[in-house]
Amino acid sequence: MKTDLSPRMTVALYGLMCVLLIPFVFPTWWMVTSSVKPISDIFAFPPDLWPRRFDFSTYAQVFELQPFARQYWNSAYIAAVVTAGTMAVSSMAGYAFARIRFPFSNAIFMVVLLGLLIPSEVTIVPLFQMFLKWGMINTHWPLILVPIFGAPSVFATFVMRQFFIALPVELEEAARVDGLGRFKIFWTIALPLARPALGAVAIFTFLHSWNLYLEPIVFLSSTQMFTLPQALTQFTDAYGGAMWNIQLAAATMTAIPVLLVFIVAQKQFVEGLAHTGLKG
Amino acid sequence: MSSPKPAFWTVARRDAVAGYVFIAPQLAGIVTFVLVPLGLVFWYSLHEWNVLAATFSYVGAANYQMLLADPNLPSVLLASAIFSAGLVVLNMSLALLLAVLLDQKLRGMVVFRTLFFSPVVVSLVAWTIVWSFLLQNNGGINGMLAMLGIEGPNWLRTPTTAMISVIVVQVFKNVGLNMVLFLAALQGVPKELYEAARVDGAGRFKQFRRITLPLISPTILLTSIITIVGSLQVFAQIAVLTQGGPGMSTTVLVYYLYQQAFQFHFFGYGSTLSILLFVIVATLTFVQWQLRKRIVFHEN
Repeated sequence: MKTDLSPRMTVALYGLMCVLLIPFVFPTWWMVTSSVKPISDIFAFPPDLWPRRFDFSTYAQVFELQPFARQYWNSAYIAAVVTAGTMAVSSMAGYAFARIRFPFSNAIFMVVLLGLLIPSEVTIVPLFQMFLKWGMINTHWPLILVPIFGAPSVFATFVMRQFFIALPVELEEAARVDGLGRFKIFWTIALPLARPALGAVAIFTFLHSWNLYLEPIVFLSSTQMFTLPQALTQFTDAYGGAMWNIQLAAATMTAIPVLLVFIVAQKQFVEGLAHTGLKG
Repeated sequence: MSSPKPAFWTVARRDAVAGYVFIAPQLAGIVTFVLVPLGLVFWYSLHEWNVLAATFSYVGAANYQMLLADPNLPSVLLASAIFSAGLVVLNMSLALLLAVLLDQKLRGMVVFRTLFFSPVVVSLVAWTIVWSFLLQNNGGINGMLAMLGIEGPNWLRTPTTAMISVIVVQVFKNVGLNMVLFLAALQGVPKELYEAARVDGAGRFKQFRRITLPLISPTILLTSIITIVGSLQVFAQIAVLTQGGPGMSTTVLVYYLYQQAFQFHFFGYGSTLSILLFVIVATLTFVQWQLRKRIVFHEN
């Protein structure tokens, strides 16, 4: 807003922001440092901001206690497939709703938007029964099919539609005069221009799939099939007590790669999300 | 080119076919995974469903009568209301504060923005587990408080602080999302308006109230809808931090639904709770959408 802040005001602002940062940054710091503390130091008083002794064996134990590599792969490939699938389904539907005239398109769009009103928590009971009937319980199908085609993809379709509506139509008109078919126009002209919107869709779809928790615990029952969020809660001793340092090592391995990608690409991340279809 | 009757395949007809082909996957998905299940959940809610005995019998409105008589319902609705209200108020005000701070032209703002946003990309369950660790009775937070000579409560085992903890953990996780949306909206406010207001002698607070807030009101409305609907879906945080406890103090509607349907296998009653959740989400969205006309300054 202003460029004319007094030096005292500037210092005050920096100070305020540093204090506000603590609850955002400290948990991640505490997760990483505690994951390499021996269990005896984990609740030490006073708390150690830097481990006084290191125990890296926690990371090996993560893989001994759970099929963690397999679970990591499950989460990663499901999120990748869901992201790619959602991008395809939502960009095509969004393009059609924005650009192509066909009978009942508005009515159909309203029906699709209903998906925004019906969170998957509402339909989890019948979805469970449907997938049970189809023999897909304890498979990854529910975690792939529902996000790509069901309610979670509606928001992506909405974002893509908003983007295509705002895109100037002239380029496509020229191609139409040249006799290019709809799919050609979509694929070679519209879609490449939609990269910022697709990027935003990819980011929030990936995070949504990566964070899914209710669906995996409802649909999956064997540890081999588990996804990461579900696996993270399984590091308990025979009495159900949490094995904190091992659990935090697993949490660190889950969180840090995505965090690093984010830090490298933060500009695209933040601006892509902020400037896509969500502004008023 | 492959069309047998060129006269029949006009551009408009071709387009119509293309349109249906383009939307077919999405529409089929909505019908299969949203509309049919919504019909089914209503159908189930009219039945008594015993999974162990494999019986499924029509009972009319009995589940709804059971819902109204459910002694747990007031507590569940209250917990949901407290959680949603607390979350939305805290999230929106903190997001606005952070956005205003980040909007100042100072060096290093990108670093601050990145750090405030970072919890959004941390795996939800990982984030919740760390907080669960921090909030243990002998955990990091009480350790720090003890160094200051304060004896902290047993956060997750005391009803009031358990609810506060669940709200706060969720706010810090996701406030960055609303923050960047607000920041984008703030940056869209024309600078001349502030200049003009300053010439007229309006102070900063007045400028904020009279110019900034009205101009970013569409964003505030949209984010509040997303945040409220999101708050009603909270599940993982409750499951990891408190399992709905202590007592039922943090058992919100989705968690109660999960317990009834998937832990106790009352699928009929669980479906009735799903219908209740649907009615609440739909009503809130509808009301907010109607409010748009009254409180939102302008729309394009």
